[in-house]
Amino acid sequence: MFAIPKAKIILLLFSLLVTTSILAQDTKMVLIKRGAYVPLYGTTDKKTVEVQGFNVDVYPVTNAQFIAFLKKNPEYSRSKIKGLFAEKSYLAHWESDFNYGKNNLSNAPVTNVSWFVAKKYCECQGKRLPTMDEWEYVAMADEKRIDARIKESFNHYILSWYEKPKTYANPVGGTFKNYWGVYDMHGLVWEWTSDFNSIFLSGESRKDKDTDKNLFCGSASINATDLMNYAAFMRYGFRASLKAKYTTRNLGFRCAKDLK
Amino acid sequence: MKTKFKIAACVLAATAITAGLFSFRDNSPTDYSKIPVEGEIVAELTAPPLVPKPIGNRAATKLIVNMEIKEIEGEMVDGVKYTYWTFGGSVPGSFIRTRVGDEVEFHLKNHPDNKLPHNIDLHAVTGPGGGATSSLVAPGHEKVFNFKTLNPGLYVYHCATAPVGMHIANGMYGLILVEPEGGLPPVDREYYVMQGDFYTKGKYGEQGLQPFDMDKAVKEDADYVVFNGKVGSITGDNSLTAKVGETVRIYMGNGGPNLVSSFHVIGEIFDKVHIEGGDMINKNVQTTLIPAGGAAIVEFKVDVPGTFIIVDHSIFRAFNKGAIGMLKVEGPADKKIYSGTTQEGIYLAEGGTIQNMPKVKNEPKIVVAKTLPQQLKAGKELFGGTCFACHQSEGQGIPSVFPPLAKSDYLNADPKRAIDAVLHGLSGEVKVNGKKFNNVMTSQNLTDEEIANTLTYVYDSWGNNKTRVTSAMVKAQRANSTPQSGGSH
Repeated sequence: MFAIPKAKIILLLFSLLVTTSILAQDTKMVLIKRGAYVPLYGTTDKKTVEVQGFNVDVYPVTNAQFIAFLKKNPEYSRSKIKGLFAEKSYLAHWESDFNYGKNNLSNAPVTNVSWFVAKKYCECQGKRLPTMDEWEYVAMADEKRIDARIKESFNHYILSWYEKPKTYANPVGGTFKNYWGVYDMHGLVWEWTSDFNSIFLSGESRKDKDTDKNLFCGSASINATDLMNYAAFMRYGFRASLKAKYTTRNLGFRCAKDLK
Repeated sequence: MKTKFKIAACVLAATAITAGLFSFRDNSPTDYSKIPVEGEIVAELTAPPLVPKPIGNRAATKLIVNMEIKEIEGEMVDGVKYTYWTFGGSVPGSFIRTRVGDEVEFHLKNHPDNKLPHNIDLHAVTGPGGGATSSLVAPGHEKVFNFKTLNPGLYVYHCATAPVGMHIANGMYGLILVEPEGGLPPVDREYYVMQGDFYTKGKYGEQGLQPFDMDKAVKEDADYVVFNGKVGSITGDNSLTAKVGETVRIYMGNGGPNLVSSFHVIGEIFDKVHIEGGDMINKNVQTTLIPAGGAAIVEFKVDVPGTFIIVDHSIFRAFNKGAIGMLKVEGPADKKIYSGTTQEGIYLAEGGTIQNMPKVKNEPKIVVAKTLPQQLKAGKELFGGTCFACHQSEGQGIPSVFPPLAKSDYLNADPKRAIDAVLHGLSGEVKVNGKKFNNVMTSQNLTDEEIANTLTYVYDSWGNNKTRVTSAMVKAQRANSTPQSGGSH
């Protein structure tokens, strides 16, 4: 009498697992062609940085995809995670370990995840986190141009996000599709990068290096006279406030992959 | 020769020492970095215009300050929304009251729903960045740092996260008071007011959620200059209050980010001003300058009843950008100090022309016929942005200065005359509800539709006769009328 329903449930669970894992593996990536750009910060004397070709996820990782990952790697679930790798607010908005609850959409970006776990997630997909240069390189494109950073309306769009509350609850893919075919680089959530803390992290680095001074206090206001810089300041400033085990409600991630 | 010179030098030195001792008598040489603290208390924090209880003669203590940063949507003026970044949920941020020698344990908490990292630079702190280098905090996190208050005075605090200007422009500033040993002398009323300039995409009064405008901020071209974060935060029902004979102390700060304030209370003279929030006291001051990122403590005794208007006397900011507040004083009049009007008559010289605002040629807009509720809504918002400063929020006016619009016989008698007044201004004597007024109303630079909506709202409110004014009526008046003086009939 109990055997049939049990079998059914198992089957159901199994099929659910299969579909979700298919979904997870199904994350579309697009090719970002090799190029060069001048980052706003992080280089001395504004030198061009070369970015090798790579693949990047079209969308940030979603709640549904993240659940599939947790089921395979339960040691990263909310109750099992080691304090070293994620602080208490890790997935705090979820209902339980393997349930994101009714208040969160399956296709909303997963947030409140630490850098350690984001990195692990990407590795489990045979991918990695994008570097800050890679991320910034992709993010400077609007719908039509590889580098739209000098376009006023583009910067207004980026800046306007800071004034929109609770965008983290929106589904992925709701913002514009950029030149490369990538969505949600702006207007949804912040995203982890592999080397998020490479500049402006400690009080020391702020004071000791001239380049990093650009990001702090007085010198920031001297240099930041245009919108382009203002939009970028926000990202660099945000990254600077993070530590690898931190999780915040507005911070998600996507993965990248080297070209074979 | 030599001895004479010596004696002279001695006398000179002695005088210098005495004079020195005398003038620095109040500056006790106590080294506040050394004084011990007793116990531990959690600081009372208040939103403007209130301040926490005075410290009195309590000993220096360990003071715990819990400050939460919130990014919230608020209203700049009726119908204009703005996303404020705040210390403690208000602009300016929570008032912190300490005494010299306190050891402050500062907990800076960044609400999890916030998007941005923030920090705090308190001008009362002796140390790198005023605390900013130790307090950069990500959303959903908390940073703690300690400092000892070494110098008494009134100090500004603000966010110093890049881009600093934007964080300040969005409201991230407040005041911290460090009282001297034994506290400031007691007064009857204490208030907390802070000026700030705001830069929005749309011009003053443009409806909807207005984003921050970086270009205007760099050009220092403010759309709003306000007290306590929004237009009308201390006017009407929210006015500061006092009774005749009381002494009022205002802790007045200026968050900026750009503009310096010419702080003035119309009809009052500051008995005392702690210049720039420091030890030096100036007496009998009309207008005191408050730098951006600075503060002053002003004190005055109120001797007569009435509404005293608080302004930035860089005066277009007051009447066109929102820098206006009110102190309502109740109590018996004293005709010796202020008599009111004792005589009035006619004087004609070559003056007496009506003031006109420079007109900007607007692109002709397509006029959309609005429903009555739409007209009323739009009219109410315009009234709140344009008319209320003089005619007051309930149209009650200010007795013997600005005529009432509520139950106004003058208004209800002739809508065309009302339209003309808004179009061209009005000056000279008018009689409203049996009382005479003799003042100048400037011509208002509004479109036909805006005038129609505003007047329809006024006619629909406060017991008026519900005349509906249309754009066509305004257009007709604009076409055929010339400036008139009010008392022509």
